[in-house]
Amino acid sequence: MQPPSFDQPHLLGIEPLRPHEITAILDLAEDYVALNRQTEKHSEALAGLTQINMFFENSTRTQASFELAGKRLGADVMNMAMQASSVKKGETLIDTALTLNAMHPDLLVVRHPHSGAVDLLAQKVNCAVLNAGDGKHEHPTQALLDALTIRRAKGRLHRLNIAICGDIAHSRVARSNLILLGKMENRIRLIGPPTLVPQQFAEFGAEIYDDMREGLKDVDVVMMLRLQKERMDGGFIPSEREYYHRYGLDADKLALAKPDAIVMHPGPMNRGVEIDGQIADDITRSVIQEQVEMGVAVRMAAMDLLARNLRKARAAQAS
Amino acid sequence: MTTLFLNARLIDPEAGTDAPGALLVAEGRIAGRFDDQSAEAICAAQGLTLAEVEMVDCGGKCLAPGIVDIGVKVCEPGERHKESYKSAGLAAAAGGVTTIVTRPDTSPAIDSPETLEFVTRRAQADAPVNVLPMAALTKGREGREMTEIGFLMDAGAVAFTDCDHVVGNTKVFSRALTYARSCGALVIAHPQEPGLSDGAAATSGKFAALRGLPAVSPMAERMGLDRDIALLEMTGAKYHADQITTARALPALERAKANGLDITAGTSIHHLTLNELDVADYRTFFKVKPPLRSEDDRLAVVEAVRTGLIDIISSMHTPQDEESKRLPFEEAAAGAVALETLLPAALRLYHAELLDLPTLFRAMALNPAKRLGLASGRLSLDAPADLVLFDADAPFVLDRFKLQSKSKNTPFDTQRMQGRVLATYVAGRPVYRKDA
Repeated sequence: MQPPSFDQPHLLGIEPLRPHEITAILDLAEDYVALNRQTEKHSEALAGLTQINMFFENSTRTQASFELAGKRLGADVMNMAMQASSVKKGETLIDTALTLNAMHPDLLVVRHPHSGAVDLLAQKVNCAVLNAGDGKHEHPTQALLDALTIRRAKGRLHRLNIAICGDIAHSRVARSNLILLGKMENRIRLIGPPTLVPQQFAEFGAEIYDDMREGLKDVDVVMMLRLQKERMDGGFIPSEREYYHRYGLDADKLALAKPDAIVMHPGPMNRGVEIDGQIADDITRSVIQEQVEMGVAVRMAAMDLLARNLRKARAAQAS
Repeated sequence: MTTLFLNARLIDPEAGTDAPGALLVAEGRIAGRFDDQSAEAICAAQGLTLAEVEMVDCGGKCLAPGIVDIGVKVCEPGERHKESYKSAGLAAAAGGVTTIVTRPDTSPAIDSPETLEFVTRRAQADAPVNVLPMAALTKGREGREMTEIGFLMDAGAVAFTDCDHVVGNTKVFSRALTYARSCGALVIAHPQEPGLSDGAAATSGKFAALRGLPAVSPMAERMGLDRDIALLEMTGAKYHADQITTARALPALERAKANGLDITAGTSIHHLTLNELDVADYRTFFKVKPPLRSEDDRLAVVEAVRTGLIDIISSMHTPQDEESKRLPFEEAAAGAVALETLLPAALRLYHAELLDLPTLFRAMALNPAKRLGLASGRLSLDAPADLVLFDADAPFVLDRFKLQSKSKNTPFDTQRMQGRVLATYVAGRPVYRKDA
């Protein structure tokens, strides 16, 4: 087998990736999907390496997914809940990074509430850094797992009509997906109330709809986003129930999409706010559970590729 | 002491000329201006002997009035580790700035005659250039009660400003403007709609959307300016907008001037020479307040400086230590040091053939001096001999660690610049000379 062509030292976002690098991650992830479905799920790809998950923001799913991915590949995994720790004592991000660096991690998985914080951290440590979500900027592994899910459901990852619906403005998932799906040459529609959809995204080639019915016509993929509770009370939208009426995905609205359109959601869902519970559970339409499964596989693939590059770079440095 | 600057390229913002000539300085003032004549001829005409005159051969380089920089932050009292009067004074001298007009956004704010006297003493002891202090318009810059404007003027305050804090309460602001008018005080404000710009780190647009940064519409500046103009109509106060940085604010400014209001406007060198894209991968040295704008806005503002609609260019010198900048972009402090880079950055506009040198010095020296009622900022007879001698073409690469400022937060680090200060004179005395 040809070694996959993926040259990045870090996975900070989708923006720096080239299409063939995206494909390299997805192809390798397919192997890990197969591995994960076996009873014996162990590989030694990261054996001997230390992976630190550093979450400056609450997370259950993403952190668990990264932890599981690392453990299945044989890494020594440590979780640090940064919200409860030194940050509260006034330590700066850089100092935290330098402290960690002294522990010689090989893979650093970081989530931070501010855009660009993970880039900043990556400049200060000498290991591979994976962005697990920075502010409203990017969440690359989510976009990659979405891409893998779409590719498996639709048989391809190009020339699809894809609708991303809901709170685009505050969503790093939406940004990473918009960039990734754009790079792979899909048509992207952004659907949501104008208070939650930055109109500037039209300049990146996305089509913007504030009428969901119009926006969902003939799409292949419906990607719903989570609406944060704190945005619901009159600030960006008038109320939860009005939002559900106009922008919640129900059977009526979904009927406008292609008959075989799939429904996605990055989780956790607010049933009855952005998505009807029955649709979320409809295994003929919803791929939401599959997304979670792909998440572990994609993270295994990304860490495996980064670890290969890290080993190569360190070997080159040593010689 | 009498000095004769020979063989100079005289930049005269008042006459709008850029021509060879010589300048005679006596007793700290400009005593004569001559077309390209020999030293002997000038001395003979003035009744001076060659021996009693110090000769400075300018070698055909530019001699211009020293820069008058409104809105310089020196971090005394409170944060002397970021910038002291000594370091700011050295930076100003090295940058051709002969008068710094300091901001009161220190900690505590300069809002009482006692604090003002303290900084005046510090400035006199330590700074080699002229220092004129501004004072806060409201106590603690909190926008609730006006400061002792009369006492502060007696103590030497040349203008009143809450800096980047907008006085949100229009009643408070209108009373402060009314009272200031009765004292003949100049009020400097930061036109910005504070609700709209709350929490913003970038200008809304394609770039901020892609980077996921909290952003403010450029319209917030026009809204702030519109409000202030309405209050000027009400109160008749003397007003200066510290930074106009967007195209959309310009028509409002033009109308206010045409209507005869006592209004002037400034802009910062960063908004004239950089745009939002310079932030690139969250480079916090490019975080300023207001945030950098689009290229269209930048060009509109440059054009407004050319036509004179925008009167004044300032450095908006804001020292920040490494700790306040080495943070995620949203959390990082805003501001950049600029005393030393003001002139070379401004010369980018000259080399780009957007502005000529007399226009630049009109905005950097003549207009700010006029607005503050100073006699400097010009090359006319009897004006203070505050001068800068510079080579407009000399290329160099900026190394931030070579700056005189204690803080090194310049967006121009490692950039190619063109134009170097050769010497700076305050009242005829050299306060800076570039070693050969």
